[in-house]
Amino acid sequence: MGGETVHALRDVSLAIQRGEYVAIMGPSGSGKSTLMNLIGCLDTPTSGNYELNGAHVSDMNDNQLAEIRNHEIGFVFQTFNLLSRSNALHNVELPLIYTGMPAEERRQVALDALAQVGLADRVHHKPNELSGGQRQRVAVARALVNKPSILLADEPTGNLDTKTGDEIMALFAELSRKGNTIILVTHEEEIAKHAHRILRIRDGLIASDEKLAAPPPSQ
Amino acid sequence: MRLLAELRESVAMSWDAIRANKMRSVLATLGIVIGIITVTLMGAAINGLDQAFIKSISSLGADVFYVSRTSWWNNDSYDSWVKMARRRPRLRLEEAEALGRQLTLAAAVAPEEDDDRTVKYRDRSATMVDIVGTTEAYLQTGSVNVAQGRFLTAADSQGNQPVCVIGNDVATNLFRAESPLGKRIKIEDQSFLVVGVLEKQGTMLGWSLDNRVIIPIRVSLAVIWKRPDIDQVDIKASGAAHLDEAREEIRQAMRHIRHLKPDEPDNFAINQQDQLVQLFHNMTRTIALIGLCVTSLALFVGGIGIMNIMFVSVVERTREIGVRKAIGAKRRNILLQFLIEAACICLLGGLIGLGIAWLVTLAVTRWLFPATLSGIIVGLALLVSLLTGVISGFLPAWRAARMDPVEALRSE
Repeated sequence: MGGETVHALRDVSLAIQRGEYVAIMGPSGSGKSTLMNLIGCLDTPTSGNYELNGAHVSDMNDNQLAEIRNHEIGFVFQTFNLLSRSNALHNVELPLIYTGMPAEERRQVALDALAQVGLADRVHHKPNELSGGQRQRVAVARALVNKPSILLADEPTGNLDTKTGDEIMALFAELSRKGNTIILVTHEEEIAKHAHRILRIRDGLIASDEKLAAPPPSQ
Repeated sequence: MRLLAELRESVAMSWDAIRANKMRSVLATLGIVIGIITVTLMGAAINGLDQAFIKSISSLGADVFYVSRTSWWNNDSYDSWVKMARRRPRLRLEEAEALGRQLTLAAAVAPEEDDDRTVKYRDRSATMVDIVGTTEAYLQTGSVNVAQGRFLTAADSQGNQPVCVIGNDVATNLFRAESPLGKRIKIEDQSFLVVGVLEKQGTMLGWSLDNRVIIPIRVSLAVIWKRPDIDQVDIKASGAAHLDEAREEIRQAMRHIRHLKPDEPDNFAINQQDQLVQLFHNMTRTIALIGLCVTSLALFVGGIGIMNIMFVSVVERTREIGVRKAIGAKRRNILLQFLIEAACICLLGGLIGLGIAWLVTLAVTRWLFPATLSGIIVGLALLVSLLTGVISGFLPAWRAARMDPVEALRSE
């Protein structure tokens, strides 16, 4: 690209511990999406370093990043991003297919993940046969199925009504209690309050880093 | 194991994608369908023609030589062929007889002269009957068998008695339920005594071998053609093992009989069944070449169609590609998925093409000639469609594989 260089993020130094529940907040254009892409290993920083579980992600190539995403990151998107032609079970199985898990085991693990989000009776439904909240639960099950280090949620309640959004947040709270590391990207103060720590980003810098509650003891 | 699971996943996903866009997929395969129909039908036709041809010329024994003025097999233009034919003397009965005396590697030597004439019995007549003038040796060289009565004898061949042996069709056409033996038929106002009826022989290159009357050569030359020359000399080799030697012996004997000087070229030709086969294969090769051009063109156009539809598919599913990458799909996975989708669409086209070709083959066999769809042709057709899919799907799949996940996820 020509023109001037834009630094979406600058001098961001940040450490997140295993088991933390962190919300990243900021208005649009603040750089929070870029930060999320970096944390999610979808992108690498032009300069600087990102270490995930001791692995230097910043030096990795495309394939290595794909593997890290597969094993270490579970994505939950605002628009769910399920495969519309596949049923809930197959959607949840997808990460395991790329892991290379044998079919029998894969199916069982996926069924367990769906049961964990309360959808044991909906496994053969396609996304268009599910409500918004159920779709997001399928997405959460898909994110959790590979037992990732980080559950990375980008505006997970943005497309849901308040009640369903609250249900999803309750699910997140429960997952956090069970020891999952959750990073939540949002611009809603209400949603961010569910986290134990809130990072505010402004103009590519961390404006504040506030702890709301003590993280539960890591397992 | 892992690759297998991935393949299965890709095939299932492709099937879903094809089902979701049925009309589009089927239209996209049209070129492939046409290509596969062309290639299979051509193969089936050549196969069938080949079998029919070999079967139909089986009445020409593989160990029989046919000495005649010109070769059946002509490399030159028609004009030069006519000139050459005019330069050469016609074959004569005496030459055939001399060959019969001189050849040591021949089991039978039969002069032959044929022409079409009308044959009459009482008030019935058969037109365009092949009148064959020959000797008793024709029983061996012509691969004929007698069903009733007898064949020509040596005495018939040497004498001037107007006797005849009639083909199966002639017998049924002229005599119906009567027994032809001992009856007299008329050819050119000459009456012939029927002494034998041939077994049914079928056709050669479309001509009936049963619509003929065999008469002694001397009678035919004197009464019917009123000329001293003959068409050809049929020579059956005494063993199939020494065909080349037999051929060379015939050549030397003919040169000797015709008093050719060592520097003079042969002014006769020795023909064999082989040559017809070769001629036929030259013809089928031309058909195959034309068919191949049409097929390649259709497949090329089909391939472009597939590439186009795959580019559309990749753009439509940018978001899906992003999601797959986000949850851990590598470039290779995405590449494979779209390659397999292209291959599946093409295979589908191939199967549709094969299905149509199969129906056409049935119809052709029923009404025209026997055409067979061999396993090799089917396998080849499927392989070709698969390859077309992989080749034409590569560029779109490569574009999909190289997408940046962040960009892909952002797309609507």
